[in-house]
Amino acid sequence: MSAKNVVTTLKKNTMLVVLVLVYLFFVITTGGSIFKPMNFNALITQNAYVYILACGMLMCMLTGGNIDLSCGSFVCLLGAIGGVLMTVKGMSATVGILSMLAVGILYGCGLGYLVAYVNVPPWIATLAGYLAFRGLGTSILSNNSTTGSIPYPEAFVKFFSGRVFGTKPNGPMNMVCMIAGIAAAVIVVIAIFWTRQTRLNKGYAADSFTAALAKSILGAAVIVLFMYKLANNGGIPTVLIWVVAVVLIYSFITSKTVVGRHFYVVGGNMEAARMSGVNTRRIMFLAYLNMAVLTVVSAWTVMARFQASNSTAGTNYEMDAISACVVGGVSASGGAGTIMGMVIGATLIGVINLGMSLMNIDANYQKVVKGVVLLGAVAFDILSKKRES
Amino acid sequence: MAKILLEMKNITKTFPGVKALDNVNLQVEEGEIHALVGENGAGKSTLMNVLSGIYPHGTYEGDIIYNGQVCKFSNIKDSEKLGIVIIHQELALVPEMTIGENMYLGNERGKKFAIDWNTTYSEADKYLKMVGLTESSKVQVKTIGTGKQQLVEIAKALAKNAKLLILDEPTSSLNEEDSRALLDLMLGFKKQGMTMIIITHKLNEVAYVADKITVIRDGTTIETLENHGPEPISEERIIKGMVGREMTNRFPIRQGVKIGEVNMEVEHWTVHHPLYPERKVVDDVSINVRKGEVVGIYGLMGAGRTELAMSIFGQSYGVNCTGTLKIDGKEVKLKKSEADAIRHKIAYVTEDRKGNGLVLSQSIKVNTSLANLDSLAKLGVIDQDREYAVAEEYKDKLRTKTPSVEQLVGNLSGGNQQKVLLAKWMFAEPDIMILDEPTRGIDVGAKYEIYCIINDLAAAGKSVIMISSELPEVLGMSDRIYIMNAAKIVGEMPAKEATQENIMAAILKSGRGE
Repeated sequence: MSAKNVVTTLKKNTMLVVLVLVYLFFVITTGGSIFKPMNFNALITQNAYVYILACGMLMCMLTGGNIDLSCGSFVCLLGAIGGVLMTVKGMSATVGILSMLAVGILYGCGLGYLVAYVNVPPWIATLAGYLAFRGLGTSILSNNSTTGSIPYPEAFVKFFSGRVFGTKPNGPMNMVCMIAGIAAAVIVVIAIFWTRQTRLNKGYAADSFTAALAKSILGAAVIVLFMYKLANNGGIPTVLIWVVAVVLIYSFITSKTVVGRHFYVVGGNMEAARMSGVNTRRIMFLAYLNMAVLTVVSAWTVMARFQASNSTAGTNYEMDAISACVVGGVSASGGAGTIMGMVIGATLIGVINLGMSLMNIDANYQKVVKGVVLLGAVAFDILSKKRES
Repeated sequence: MAKILLEMKNITKTFPGVKALDNVNLQVEEGEIHALVGENGAGKSTLMNVLSGIYPHGTYEGDIIYNGQVCKFSNIKDSEKLGIVIIHQELALVPEMTIGENMYLGNERGKKFAIDWNTTYSEADKYLKMVGLTESSKVQVKTIGTGKQQLVEIAKALAKNAKLLILDEPTSSLNEEDSRALLDLMLGFKKQGMTMIIITHKLNEVAYVADKITVIRDGTTIETLENHGPEPISEERIIKGMVGREMTNRFPIRQGVKIGEVNMEVEHWTVHHPLYPERKVVDDVSINVRKGEVVGIYGLMGAGRTELAMSIFGQSYGVNCTGTLKIDGKEVKLKKSEADAIRHKIAYVTEDRKGNGLVLSQSIKVNTSLANLDSLAKLGVIDQDREYAVAEEYKDKLRTKTPSVEQLVGNLSGGNQQKVLLAKWMFAEPDIMILDEPTRGIDVGAKYEIYCIINDLAAAGKSVIMISSELPEVLGMSDRIYIMNAAKIVGEMPAKEATQENIMAAILKSGRGE
């Protein structure tokens, strides 16, 4: 690989480079504490909701820069409903989980109908939910509890938090976690070379051998390092399974399926999509139904992490999801963006949050830094693209 | 010899990987109309962007000498200060604003924090009169037609004290009548001493207005032709310079095509305007098309041709659509859905490829497969290797010029975009193809290739309906011609009997009949 190739590869993956640099910065400034096993675990558990919500937000943004402002408040409402059903009414965790899902589907259908078939602008339709759900959730909570908070039963919590085959955080290495990590790394390496080989066999453009090797080594190293750290902290967090599943599913949908393709063309040119026989209204409907369902999944993980619902749950989650997408290169006008880009964006924001907390930076200043980073990331991205053309 | 107002010497402009202009020379005399012709992508617009400072000094090599002085423009304001004003192909007016506001946009009259509206509107009215518009400058731009909007653009340029006016495809969205009025206006300006450069694909217009014609091909100047004689220069002579060879035939000959059974029949088709439902945009139209036949529909813009086509294509336009549609002799009731039309093997190749034809931000591959993606998918998962192969196949078949099918469609020239649009619909495997202005805004060479594709489609037994406002094209390509005017079909004739005269006569007769 020549020097020029290295430069173009780096340019293509600007945010990944930024992520590595920012991480190294925090390794130095926190005196290495961000590199401790405990903080690898924290990075996952604290940001799980962002990855899940941002998958839904990405689908909405693809359709033409549309967003969902209501998802944060909806997490609060779902938490209140789940808490009342399982703790106050004493229903089983299964009933609680399914009821939350049913409420999500109901809201998603209603919202999707308004956006797709009544042509209500999405940000207005979801602004209504943003206001109403917070109020509704808070009032349900205060009507059913004196403290304004309802605890969640253990049966529910163990589905979405804790560890898979967990061992003691400070105990010996968790072998299940380590083996899973190595297996995942092997699968990634095989996949990279498999795609390269099939492309070569069919005579399409493919990575050079060095590029594929570099990709494999980097990918495998990151996975093994991550899982090694987690193995030294009691094993795989349950929520990681949920996050990985959601990310893989949506990565597949956006890159390999007809319906995923339709999201991109609707955002690229709605009229051209319609004239080519794409049911554009159905795509808009699906975007918001999907968003509501993913909000439910994210609510499950959040309630399990805090083991209780309260009126501030989900505050600003919509903004976190939008930020992750935008930093990850999802177009604010629709039609472009990938799940992998979003994952990098979400991780970058997560690392900054974690790093600043470890540095004991004042919470107010943390917000300032996040705002500046968001703006800087987008401006940098636009400028570097401009220079290219 | 008159004074040379502008000289562009040895202009070379390179973009990463391509040399867009290679030692181009251009000399424009004061008071002449100079036409710049060449195929799409030849470098005409790049040259004008260099001239107007859109590509600033230092990003190109060579000299611009204007009025005897070497100019180093760093932006468009610099060139406008000297009176070089460019009017771009796409209208750059704000529809919601008034004509006056638009004319002085960025050039406001009055003080910095107090726009003088009285001066603005009175001056605007003065310039509107010069271009022959009677509208008040206080009406919103969206309320006047495209022809008049183009005139507003010119008035706007005049208001900037233009001495050298550059018009980039000024008539591409105008009908013949408005085009002629615009060209006459240019001739009027010339008498008053204005110098103009016109870029256009319409060679009859070049022959009509231009004093000199500079031909650009592949980024270099080929020749400059004089057009002073008593006879206007022949279009064939210009084309020879543009394509580098003699084109003996502008329309390929269709051979051995057997015209078969009636494939599609539309009877008593009536469509109403979506916003003003009392207005009929298509009025009691009956047409049919046979297998292997190319049927031309000729009519001016606004005659209802596009509306007819789109309403047949799954009612994608209009309301209260009535009439019967028969395919293979059987009546079909299409739902109000484009997908349903595609299922019935109808394709509509739009006239507005950027508006509702192509997804410019996506690749050739994605655009090619779009209308028939399901055929490449199993259980909703796209077979991406096959998709790639299909895109490659159509790229080769239609000779689309591109390094790869992963190229974004927005980066292609107009002719190649049109080929991608055709590829999309050919891959949808329709039996009936409705082509709406299939050669709009593309150059002579690409036009010929599109005509060949149309002939191939007919030879493969497809029924082709070709809508066009270019008479020679309709006459040269069709087996049978319908003439449409004011929402009605006003004439039908086999191509053998059709001439320019009797087609225009049919339109005139229908106008008098009302």
